[in-house]
Amino acid sequence: MQNLVAYDEMYMADGQVRPHYAVYSEWLSRQPEDALRGKRAEADSLFHRVGITFAVYGEQDGNERLIPFDIVPRVLSAEEWRALAAGLRQRVRALNAFIGDIYHGQEILKAGLLAPEQIFCNPQYRPDMQGLEVPGGIYAHIAGIDVVRAGQGEFYVLEDNLRVPSGVSYMLEDRKMMMRLFPELFSINRVAPVEHYPDRLLDHLASAAPAGVADPVVVVLTPGAHNSAYFEHAFLAQQMGVELVEGQDLFVRDGFVYMRTTRGPLRVDVIYRRIDDDFIDPLVFRPDSALGVPGLMSAYRAGRVTIANSIGTGIADDKSIYPYVPDMVRFYLDEAPLLSNVQTWILRRPDDLAYTLAHLDQLVVKEAHGAGGYGMLIGPTASEAEREDFRLRILSAPEKYIAQPTLSLSTCPTFVEQGVAPRHIDLRPFVLSGRDITIVPGGLTRVALRAGSLVVNSSQGGGTKDTWVLER
Amino acid sequence: MLSSTADHVYWLGRYAERAENLARTLDVQYRLSLLPHQARSDGSGWGHALVTLGLDTAYAERHDAIDPHKVIDFLAFDHGNPSSILNCLRAARENARAVRGSISSEMWETFNTTWLEARVTAPSRSAARNVAEFVDWVKYRAHLARGVVLGSMLRDEGYNFMQIGTFLERADGVARLLLIRLACDAGSAERVAMVHDYYPWSVLLRALSAFEIFRRVSRDSVSPLHVIEFAVFRADVPRSIYRSAQLVYENLQAVANAQSGETERRAGMLHAELRFGTLESLTIGGIEPFLASVLARTADLSDRIGRDFLGHTSPG
Repeated sequence: MQNLVAYDEMYMADGQVRPHYAVYSEWLSRQPEDALRGKRAEADSLFHRVGITFAVYGEQDGNERLIPFDIVPRVLSAEEWRALAAGLRQRVRALNAFIGDIYHGQEILKAGLLAPEQIFCNPQYRPDMQGLEVPGGIYAHIAGIDVVRAGQGEFYVLEDNLRVPSGVSYMLEDRKMMMRLFPELFSINRVAPVEHYPDRLLDHLASAAPAGVADPVVVVLTPGAHNSAYFEHAFLAQQMGVELVEGQDLFVRDGFVYMRTTRGPLRVDVIYRRIDDDFIDPLVFRPDSALGVPGLMSAYRAGRVTIANSIGTGIADDKSIYPYVPDMVRFYLDEAPLLSNVQTWILRRPDDLAYTLAHLDQLVVKEAHGAGGYGMLIGPTASEAEREDFRLRILSAPEKYIAQPTLSLSTCPTFVEQGVAPRHIDLRPFVLSGRDITIVPGGLTRVALRAGSLVVNSSQGGGTKDTWVLER
Repeated sequence: MLSSTADHVYWLGRYAERAENLARTLDVQYRLSLLPHQARSDGSGWGHALVTLGLDTAYAERHDAIDPHKVIDFLAFDHGNPSSILNCLRAARENARAVRGSISSEMWETFNTTWLEARVTAPSRSAARNVAEFVDWVKYRAHLARGVVLGSMLRDEGYNFMQIGTFLERADGVARLLLIRLACDAGSAERVAMVHDYYPWSVLLRALSAFEIFRRVSRDSVSPLHVIEFAVFRADVPRSIYRSAQLVYENLQAVANAQSGETERRAGMLHAELRFGTLESLTIGGIEPFLASVLARTADLSDRIGRDFLGHTSPG
C-alpha cells in the first residue's frame, strides 16, 4: 500500500545509526531481551500502583486502563529541536493573533483570505466572545501541536489543539519512569529536563489573571473522576499546588466566581478549565450541562475571571480552518512559515471534492470537526464497502470533510512482543503562551503499537514513549 | 479547603476505618466460633452481628438461613453488600482518587494498592477457612495506611477532617462490637466475673488490639464489666470510645467555622460524659441503652458536620 519507506528516527536508509542515536543504540545492543521484558513489566506494575490510568469512552464497565508505555525513547537532536521549536512559536503566535482578529476587527475576512461563512457558520465560532478583551490578548494559553515527520524527515503539522489539549502528564510520567527504570541512560546522554513544566504552567496561568489581582487564586476545573483525562487534571493541580474543582464547587455571586470551602466562599481569579466550551456555563451553552458553572460566562465577560484556554479558541483548530494557518503566519506576522502543513483538500471546493472522490483509495478523509481518530477514513487500508459508505457521507455534506494524502509517518524502534521493531509515531509538544512563549523541550510521543498502523490515539490502541531532546 | 475535598477525605477516613472495624468484628465472631462451648451450629452469634451492624435485612434478601460461611462471605467479600469489607476498601480508594491531588502520593498509592490487591485476591479467599488470613491482611494494610497518613499528610484541615471521619467511625464500630457481644450473651453485663466469660471477652479485647494492654494496666480479671469499662472509658487505650470521642472533639475545634458552634457543643458533651463518666453511672441507665445512644450521637454529629462543613444540604 505504501510505496515509500518511512523515515526512521534511529536508522538511516543504509542501516547506519543516526549520530544523535549512537549512544543509545550502542547501549540498547548490550541489553538482553529478557532484561527489557522485565523492565517493561516493572513499568506496568508501577503505572498501575500509581494509578496512571484512563477510562475509555464507550466502555461501560468503568474499567480503567493503562496507556501502554514503550521503553525505547524517541530522541531528537539539539538542531532538530531548535528548528521545530522556532516553528512552533511562530505558529502559535499567528494562531493567537488570528483568534483575536476574528473576535475583533476580522481583518483577515476583509482581506479575503477566508470566506465569512467559514467563520460564522462554524459551530466553533462563539458570538459571546465578539469584542471581548482578554488579558494580554492571549486566547490559547496552552496549545498542543501535533507534529509528524514524513518524506525525508521533514516536520509537518498535522493538527493544532487549542481547546483542552491533553497528554502532558504522560510526557512527565514517562520521563519519571525512564529515569527510574534506566538511570544509567541519563548519565551517558545529556537529555534536556522537562520536569519544570507545571511550574511554568502555573506562572503562565497566574500572569493571565485579571488586571489588578495581586496574588491570583488559580484552580483546575475538571469534569470529574469519570473523565478519561482525570488523572492528568488531578496530577497538574497537585503539581501546581492548586485546587482541583468540579463545576459544583464553584458558584457566581455579585459578578465574581467563588469556590465553596470549609471556611466559606473564596474568590477564584484564574480557571484552567479542562471542560469543553459547550459544557462550561449552562446559562449560555448547553443547558443540560451539569459540569459547568451557571453565570461563569457573565463573570468572564465582565473581566472578573480568566478562563484558560479562552472560550472560542476552537475556531482556530478546526480542521476546516487548518489549511489556512500558513496564510495566517504571513498575514499577521509578515513572516514565511517555518513549519509546513500537510497538503489538504478542502471538500467545500468543487475541484478538491472531485479529486478526493476520484482518489479515495489513496487519501485520508477526516471530519472537519472530529477528534480522537474517530470519524475518519484511511483510504488505503479501508474496505471497498467502507469507502463507498464514506463516499455517500461526503456527498451529503462535503463542507464537513477534508482530505489529506496518506502520510508515511516516521517510525521509531519500539519494544513489542517480537522484540525491537519499527512503529509509526507522532509528537505533541506543548506550547505555553503568556508574557512570552515557553516550550519545554520535547513533548508527548505517541506510537501506533500495531505493525503498520498509523493511528496513534490512545483510544485506538496507541501507546506513548519518553521524548528526549539532547543537549549539545 | 474545598468543601468537596473535605467531604472526600472525611469519607476516606470513615471507610478505611470501617473496613478495619469490620475485619475486627469478623475476627471476634470467627474466633468465638472455634471455641468448644460456642460450637453450637445455630449461628446465633452471626445473627446478632448482622442485626447490630444493621445488615440483617440485606442479608435476608440474599440468603435464607444464617450460615456462618455465607455470613463471612457476605460481610467480607459480597459485591452486593455496600458495607462489605471489599466495598469499604473500594469506597476508600474512590474517595482517595477523587482527591488524589490534595493528599500525598504515598497515601493515594497505599489506598490504591490495597484495593487492587483486595480485588485480585478476594475471590480466592472467599472460603471461611481463609478468613483469619484475610482479616490479618486487612488489619496489616490498615496499619500501613495509618502510618502513611501519619508520616506524609499535610497537617491542614484535610488531616482534621480525615481524623474526624476515622474516630467517629471508630466510636461507632467499637460500640457495635460491644453490643454484639452483649446480645450474644444476654445478661452478661449484670454479673461479675464468671469463668466462662474469660474466653469471649478476651477475644474481644484481642480484636481491639487491647488484650495485652488490659493485662498490663488492669489488675482485674477478664469479665464483661471490666472489659466494657476498659473499652469505653480508658483514655490511654487507642481504640476506646472515650479516646475516639476526644479526637473527634479536638479535630472539630481545629476546623471550627461560623456555623459549627452547635456541632462542637454536642461533640463536647459526648466527650465530657465519657471523660467524667464512671462504670457506676453507666450501669444505672443500662449499658446497652448507653451504647445505642453513642451510635445515635455519632450519626447526629456526622449529619451536622456534613451540613456545617462539607456542603451537604440539610435533609428535609
